[in-house]
Amino acid sequence: MSVTQHNMLEQFDDRALWQRLNMFDWLWALLALAGAVYTYAHYADLMDSFEVAILAGTTPALIGLGWAWKPMRPLTLAVAGLSLAAIGLYGSSLGAAESNFFLKYLIASQSAVMWMSALYVLATAAYFFALATRSEFTGKVASAITWSATTMGLVGLMVRWRESYLISPDVGHIPVSNLYEVFILFSIITALLYLFYEGRYRTRALGGFVLLVISAAVGFLLWYTFDRGASEIQPLVPALKSYWMKIHVPANFIGYGAFALAAMVGIAYLLRYRQDRRAGGAVVDSRLPALEVLDDVMYKAIALGFAFFTVATILGALWAAEAWGGYWSWDPKETWALIVWLNYAAWLHMRMTKGWRGTPMAWWAVIGLFVTLFAFLGVNMFLSGLHSYGEL
Amino acid sequence: MSTVSHTQPRLPTRSSVLLEFLGSMNLAITLLVAVAVASIVGTVLKQNEAYQNYIVKFGPFWFEAFKSLGLYDVYSAGWFLLILTFLVISTSVCIYRNVPHMLRDMRSFRLNVQESSLRAFHVRREWTLALPLAEVEQQVSAFARAKGYRVRCKDHGDHRVVAAMSGAANRLGYLFTHAAIVVICVGGLLDGNLPLKLKEMGGQIKIETRDIPAAEVPRESWLSVKNPSFRGSITIPEGSAANIAFLQLRDGYLVQPLPFKIELKDFRIEHYETGQPKSFESDLVITEPGDPNGKPLATTIAVNHPLLYKGYAIYQSSFNDGGTRMQLKAWSLGRDKIETQAVKSAVFERLKVDTPQGPMTLELDDFRLFNINPAEEGSKKRFRNYGPNFTFKVRNAEGEAREYENYMTPIEFEGRSFFLSGMRSQVSDPFFYLHLPADAQGTLERFMRFNALLRNAPRVAELALETTRRTFGDVKLDNPNLIQEVATTMQRLVDLFARGGFEAIDAQVKQSVPEAQRAQVLDAYLKVLRNILNTLYLDVLKAEGVDTAAGVSARDGQFYDDAINALAVLPQYGSPFFLELNSFEHVQASGLQIARAPGKNVVYLGFALLTAGVFVMFYINHRRLWFWLREGAAGTELLFAGSGNRDQRDFRVEFERLAQALDGQLGSTGRSG
Repeated sequence: MSVTQHNMLEQFDDRALWQRLNMFDWLWALLALAGAVYTYAHYADLMDSFEVAILAGTTPALIGLGWAWKPMRPLTLAVAGLSLAAIGLYGSSLGAAESNFFLKYLIASQSAVMWMSALYVLATAAYFFALATRSEFTGKVASAITWSATTMGLVGLMVRWRESYLISPDVGHIPVSNLYEVFILFSIITALLYLFYEGRYRTRALGGFVLLVISAAVGFLLWYTFDRGASEIQPLVPALKSYWMKIHVPANFIGYGAFALAAMVGIAYLLRYRQDRRAGGAVVDSRLPALEVLDDVMYKAIALGFAFFTVATILGALWAAEAWGGYWSWDPKETWALIVWLNYAAWLHMRMTKGWRGTPMAWWAVIGLFVTLFAFLGVNMFLSGLHSYGEL
Repeated sequence: MSTVSHTQPRLPTRSSVLLEFLGSMNLAITLLVAVAVASIVGTVLKQNEAYQNYIVKFGPFWFEAFKSLGLYDVYSAGWFLLILTFLVISTSVCIYRNVPHMLRDMRSFRLNVQESSLRAFHVRREWTLALPLAEVEQQVSAFARAKGYRVRCKDHGDHRVVAAMSGAANRLGYLFTHAAIVVICVGGLLDGNLPLKLKEMGGQIKIETRDIPAAEVPRESWLSVKNPSFRGSITIPEGSAANIAFLQLRDGYLVQPLPFKIELKDFRIEHYETGQPKSFESDLVITEPGDPNGKPLATTIAVNHPLLYKGYAIYQSSFNDGGTRMQLKAWSLGRDKIETQAVKSAVFERLKVDTPQGPMTLELDDFRLFNINPAEEGSKKRFRNYGPNFTFKVRNAEGEAREYENYMTPIEFEGRSFFLSGMRSQVSDPFFYLHLPADAQGTLERFMRFNALLRNAPRVAELALETTRRTFGDVKLDNPNLIQEVATTMQRLVDLFARGGFEAIDAQVKQSVPEAQRAQVLDAYLKVLRNILNTLYLDVLKAEGVDTAAGVSARDGQFYDDAINALAVLPQYGSPFFLELNSFEHVQASGLQIARAPGKNVVYLGFALLTAGVFVMFYINHRRLWFWLREGAAGTELLFAGSGNRDQRDFRVEFERLAQALDGQLGSTGRSG
């Protein structure tokens, strides 16, 4: 599972993007474009300018994503296919969830989320099993399970979106509005980020570590579902009825997901470091990737997380200016977002200008996750403020 | 900060040492940490609460200590602003020191690079080629250009250098992000309340802490209408208008006059089917008195949809009662017959009332049209609307008050209907609810008649005697006074119950009966009490014309149980009367927030810079390639080396790939360093 020179080089095809595209790439673009055109032709009357802009922006983004990272394509197709199937099966009545076999046991949003939960936990075990036995086959299975879980999670969100409109058109909204929904989002985004690096660095050794944090999120999700009935779709409070929500929340969760990924890689780094130190300079036959690789993944994850977290916080400020009458009110949630931001800003400064590497940075990344976790959950639990939508 | 300075070493002067310190990474990191820690304090300690709350929480000593540290308003405390100022200075110095050479670095191709420095690079490759130097030079230049690099060549006489560069924009990432921090902080400062603080320290303005009408607030607490930046709020009742806003500051407020008048025509709350609020909207009319040809502007604002008007932003932020007019009916609770009084009042009014317990003040505080509560277990719906209620305080001559919350219509629980009235003597306590059973007509009539009868001593005595006689019937009694004694006991028990509930009877038994017999005596007392209460209730029914000859209906029986439960706790209710709401005319008020933030656009510019900078910094790699060429004995010697300022790991791979491609192009495999 180590990184070979050959593997690395493969990804650095330096031909211009234009030259690298093959027939499937163009087919993909065509498909995405056809979808957008169909949507526009059928629903333009119902869309406001913001939604048209979103559609116009999503299409090239989806095409680009599919070009840059090929596995996005089967994922998108599977999610689209299953979601459309569920929407078709629902028709215009929520009651179908009880009577239709496929909806009830597979692709109604709640069922899909349950599948996602089970599959992520299974994938965690599979990744660790693969790591322990050095079984490449099990590793591949673990990846496949993670992809399936991600598919089901996305289907769950898509179908939930539709279900909210089936309850009543005025209740309908994008499912990123409460803690239950964002936990699903968090699991999916963290998994996708991990899968990206898994492909890029050709190593499945980190899977178990990253999936561990996803499994924890799933555990919380299940408790939240069964103990608090959180899976029920609630209408939006007036403060959340804004288009900003649709971009602010996902941007935030790319940040949170990336920070979580970095922290788990940090743990792997610390383990690997201990192995190396015990060996005392001898070459270690470790199951974990080299320290240099781990350090690199950690940096890239934090850089990505920081960039998106910056965007998310800015979007939050723009939204606050529209909803609360000021772009910054030192509300506890805002302040903790700033603290998280400062924390990773300091991390990046230390690495980029002071050249810090190694265990302190790994520890810092792990601690960073706790700071992030507090900003994400702790603030809602312990501190009150304007931002109290995700209360437990 | 990052790059080693290329200037000649000089003797440090005092100012250069200062600049060195201010621009140092250590100071910057220290300041980042300081801001973070101070921010944590501000989130843990709830900011800008009433000072009274802090005193209760911390005690007088710590209250003063925290107050002098400015912990109740950390984010505008002097020391916090000082840290931010240093952060801005430190960042500015960083920019000042680094940008010039970064800009040079962006333009410079480093054509004068030494062979020895190239040999020190981690990534390099060498070839000795049979091709003429000029052709190699031309080939590598074309190669680098084809890979997206900008290329410069220089002939040094004994050797030639082809230098290539890509992604120089990365350096702008540094400039943008750091400039953004400065720009955002400056913009934030324009909108912050620093000018207010300065004016306050200079004694030009004074915070008003009394709760008085705006017109009575002294001029020194008024701000100029030209004040360029503020954030205030105002509550306007429907049909009223306002041309001021209040700025909350620590434990008081300032008055901000506005150059226009805001009139609230209507305030609406829409609800979802489940009862949760769906939207809050205010219909506003803005007029400018000073503007003769200005037309009034009629508009509607809602949460997330503010009005932007001539640099002012008007937000829907809260709602309130605006003085709902109410028709009330006061039932006396302690009299021996039903007495009611019609009261006409409105929310926020204060009424003097004379009661058997002395003069009291009735303070009407709030009215709520909808009261959405979680539905009880087993219900299909999650929420349930309890209908309108109003809250009021009853304050005695000593100033002690109890707060009440009464519902207008009876609320059904398990098939029975009750008038609900919540009571509490501390604002921090939850309401304790009195459930007064409603009669078949949905009124309080029967309960009140029962309650009054309980307090009607002659009638109770009469009924007690009658009941006792009937109970003993023809039994021959040794003690002729026994009947009278039993009847008196009954009457006393009823009186005790009416004044203190079951607890009073319990206390009486504890006080007068030896412990061994208490349980027995209490049991007997309760039996007797139940007996007489039954009789009294039958009397109430009889007065209503209910035929009780065949026994009491299940419904009336249930009413009796509920009434006894209510009567038993009535002594703790504390108010000499019960207020029933008969009708109302709803007047709402809308809470608006009005802000003027001239720094907003500056801050947004900072946001744009920050976003651009972050992505440029992380995702554009400033890479350099050098081709060092020389005519050697065995042919043209070519040394190829490169560097990337981010992502050395990725760059090594890219370099390796470029080197391999060059192998192919030059038709010779190079030697790696």
